[in-house]
Amino acid sequence: MPDPMKIRANQLGDATEVKVLMSHEMETGQRKDAQGKVIPAWFIQSVDVTCAGKTVLTAQWGTAVSKNPFLSFRFKGGNKGDKVVITWVDNRGEKRTDEATVA
Amino acid sequence: MDVIDPTRRKVLAHGASLSLLTLVAAAGWLETSPVRAAAWNAAAFDAHSMDDTVKALHGSTPVASKDVTFVATPDIAENGAVVPVTVVSAVPKTESIAILVEKNPNMLAAVFDIPAGTDPSITTRVKMAQTSNVYALVKADGKYYVASKEIKVTLGGCGG
Repeated sequence: MPDPMKIRANQLGDATEVKVLMSHEMETGQRKDAQGKVIPAWFIQSVDVTCAGKTVLTAQWGTAVSKNPFLSFRFKGGNKGDKVVITWVDNRGEKRTDEATVA
Repeated sequence: MDVIDPTRRKVLAHGASLSLLTLVAAAGWLETSPVRAAAWNAAAFDAHSMDDTVKALHGSTPVASKDVTFVATPDIAENGAVVPVTVVSAVPKTESIAILVEKNPNMLAAVFDIPAGTDPSITTRVKMAQTSNVYALVKADGKYYVASKEIKVTLGGCGG
């Protein structure tokens, strides 16, 4: 089971700011191991963020997003206590969902 | 006689092309074909030019716009593996923001779909293989806009 994401969701005026640090190798498929074999690409392909059930961001990623991806964005609304839920799916079909409460 | 022996010329020519391929293979730039999820836009992430990427995103040729800006994005990245990029779009009705790195093996790094109510501003970190222009491609109200910024990289980030 991949490591949990670190999510912070904070109210800033009438908006909510979300910062998330995901745990993922984001292997490009360009590197070789010690034996000279290519390490296959392994990376988050899609990200979905909802707040109180409403989608506030979706993303498609390629191998150029850095290892242990960081993402930050803001959306209007979001009340203290609302749940921000983030899901990612990678190219192996593995997925991870974590949530945080708007503070 | 000062004519290069034709056999030697052939060997030289073949030798040159062979070694180029070897170099390319050694650098790891030859792609394998990874498995991909159905909805993921493989064509866009495979594209090697702005035009091909825009086409694969079903978009139209973007217009340069001063309303798309890079904020707090360094001119020089010490570590090409982790380059912080923030894109802000002041274009009304922004629907999506994409980040492309010109000199990466594949230009498209990420696409963010911005629903109504979400600020058209994204901060993330990308890998850059070498000093390159980074493009922010914005789709707003069905039209496309682009801005670019050169980021110098001292240590390339694709692990090659």
